[in-house]
Amino acid sequence: MKHEVFEKNSIILLVGILVAVSIGGLVQIAPLFWIDSTIEKVKGMRPYTPLEQAGRDIYIREGCYGCHSQMVRTLRDEVERYGHYSLAAESMYDHPFQWGSKRTGPDLARVGGKYSDQWQAEHMINPRALVPESIMPGYPWLATTKLDTTRMVDRVKTLKMLGVPYTEEMIANVDKDIQAQIQTEGRAVRDLKKRYPKARNGKFDQRPGTEVSELDALVAYLQILGQLVDFTTFDAAGPNLR
Amino acid sequence: MTDTTPERHAFADGMAVLAAAVFALLGLALTFGSRDPAMAFHGALIAAAAILGGLAVLSGVGAPKKEDRDTYMDGPIRVATIAAVVWGIAGFIVGDLLAWQMAVPALNFDIPWLSFGRLRPLHTSAVIFAFGGNVLIATSLYVVQRTSHARLAGRWSPWFVVWGYQVFIAIAGTGYLLGITQSKEYAEPEWYADLFLTVIWVVYLLIFLATLAKRREPHIYVANWFYLAFIVTVAMLHLVNNAAVPVSFFETKSYIAYSGVQDAMTQWWYGHNAVGFFLTAGFLGIMYYFIPKRVERPVYSYRLSIVHFWTLIFIYIWAGPHHLHYTALPDWAQTLGMTFSIMLWMPSWGGMINGLMTLAGAWDKLRTDPVVRLLVVSVAFYGMSTFEGPLMSIKAVNSLSHYTDWTIGHVHSGALGWVAMVSFGAIYCLVPWLWNRKGLYSIRLVEWHFWISTIGILLYITAMWVSGITQGLMWRAYDKLGFLQYSFIETVEAMKPYYVIRAVGGLLFVIGGFIMAYNIWRTIRGDEAVDLAEQPRVAAAPSVRLSPAE
Repeated sequence: MKHEVFEKNSIILLVGILVAVSIGGLVQIAPLFWIDSTIEKVKGMRPYTPLEQAGRDIYIREGCYGCHSQMVRTLRDEVERYGHYSLAAESMYDHPFQWGSKRTGPDLARVGGKYSDQWQAEHMINPRALVPESIMPGYPWLATTKLDTTRMVDRVKTLKMLGVPYTEEMIANVDKDIQAQIQTEGRAVRDLKKRYPKARNGKFDQRPGTEVSELDALVAYLQILGQLVDFTTFDAAGPNLR
Repeated sequence: MTDTTPERHAFADGMAVLAAAVFALLGLALTFGSRDPAMAFHGALIAAAAILGGLAVLSGVGAPKKEDRDTYMDGPIRVATIAAVVWGIAGFIVGDLLAWQMAVPALNFDIPWLSFGRLRPLHTSAVIFAFGGNVLIATSLYVVQRTSHARLAGRWSPWFVVWGYQVFIAIAGTGYLLGITQSKEYAEPEWYADLFLTVIWVVYLLIFLATLAKRREPHIYVANWFYLAFIVTVAMLHLVNNAAVPVSFFETKSYIAYSGVQDAMTQWWYGHNAVGFFLTAGFLGIMYYFIPKRVERPVYSYRLSIVHFWTLIFIYIWAGPHHLHYTALPDWAQTLGMTFSIMLWMPSWGGMINGLMTLAGAWDKLRTDPVVRLLVVSVAFYGMSTFEGPLMSIKAVNSLSHYTDWTIGHVHSGALGWVAMVSFGAIYCLVPWLWNRKGLYSIRLVEWHFWISTIGILLYITAMWVSGITQGLMWRAYDKLGFLQYSFIETVEAMKPYYVIRAVGGLLFVIGGFIMAYNIWRTIRGDEAVDLAEQPRVAAAPSVRLSPAE
């Protein structure tokens, strides 16, 4: 076939281009949706609590992914520095993913529980007060901005529509669970933890009162990162091996 | 035969006004329907632009005069060219501010819209889509007309594409400052901005195809293959990667349809091909037209062009997974990504050779014409970064380079060295041609621009090589007892001098941008050129150009 065919007919050229550029994507992306071993079978993954999800939305809004990855690679030094390498299962409910592409700051895939709530709150407000050499921007406005919870039910419903397994009960209790998570104890907290095991509660931003701040949400999110999968029951050499 | 032209024009005017009315209504619906002030503002922006556009159509401003029918349509191209210069400088400045913020964190000022996280997408979008995009729109619409010997298709649609694109940029950019982002790198604009861009892009594609269909040349010129591949593939990437469900139609927030590993793969399929098709294929279109034109030599090898084109577009699409080495992406996908990334070296260098060898017999122009030098050095940078890219895609190398500044340096050797330099070259060609000038206001200023930018780029990429490799090595260093030798913050501290050097390099690049803007402004204003005698005859617009001496 002579190349003239493409050069003399714009529609044939267009079709040729479409064929050439479609194949790679089809081969690389499509199978990820149906090959079973792509996402490991693990215990412990659950949807984010409404407060954690609100914190995640803030993490995205402020562009944290520009400097922080959430992906521990399968390399010796990374596993020793950050903990177990990240599993695909750990971000299966993340719309969108936050694996990141740059580590101007450290990886955050397993930052949950590594520092106290107080440390996280103070660090967000003024990073250099705690880490003098840090080049992270300060986020003092998060502590003084009330979290807008009016649309949280709709956000959770949207995520459910996309396949995140929120139950009817979870959706019915979105507002209650947001309030519960900043309390230190009580019935509401116990209910929250029944719905969302391992949820961490408390006044994350260290400020008195019952008003939920954006900082409460963000710290709640940071504190759950990497906490969900039960690695005592995870066998990398088992049926999950790929 | 009766002349149906007036009726056709009246029909086109009517459709344009109708389209403007639809956009105005949509914009007003967002403005008054949304409780989100940011969305209301963006709706108002669309409505205001649509109303202005509609009024322009009704009043006949910019309507082609009758005698224009057999000439080229250059109005929208002039707008896109000026827009490229303006957005370019804005994007360079924001980039350099970011560079200084990394050296001096106090420059974040603890203010939301000045913090690094929000400015970073503003910088990347401004330089890639606002600067690069306008250069691509301007040059593609210029080249397709000249190489097809046909006037652009459409009476108002080219104006819609150009002005609509500027409105999209304004919506995306102000959105980032307000914290509206999908967080997908280089695809940050939210769903409503994405939809708006989709409409613009489809019209752009249709104009391009319809102009090709009108061509009076039997063959479609090679530059147009690359432009077409760029337009069509970017449409595909944009639609697939941005699939999202908005929380409500009156809210800026949406959630991406994919999650986790599938989202990561889709994103980097998009992300790498934003590089491959936006920043490479499109700009290769520039190379294939502007280098032969400026040096007055044919493209080196026709056969190489064909091989270059098809192998490049076929292989590029596979390279995405090299952004995800050693992650939770399945190994088979990583290996495929690496394999194709290495293969990509060959078509890339094939294209580079085709561009460089076009100067065969005219190498002296490299010395005498700084515009040629910009174009050729850009191709050399293209060769360098398309060697570095495959190198970095090798898993063993990537384990060191990934997440470090080496990647940033690599991107900028491509973005500053290749994309921006070839764009500068094209803009310096285009402006006298579009405004019917005998040459640029000053070719010596181009010389200054070239050297200042080149020094800036070299400072930038060498600083990032050193900082990236240093940081990668420090992260994996072990002491004698078998413990990790450095805490993370020690590796941050070690970067400081390189961040300062990089920011200085960026500053030089910004200064170069201002020199260009001044030169372009004086040229457009019609000021007498100060060094016309030193400019080659091709610097002049075709209509005022002397015929070749031979």
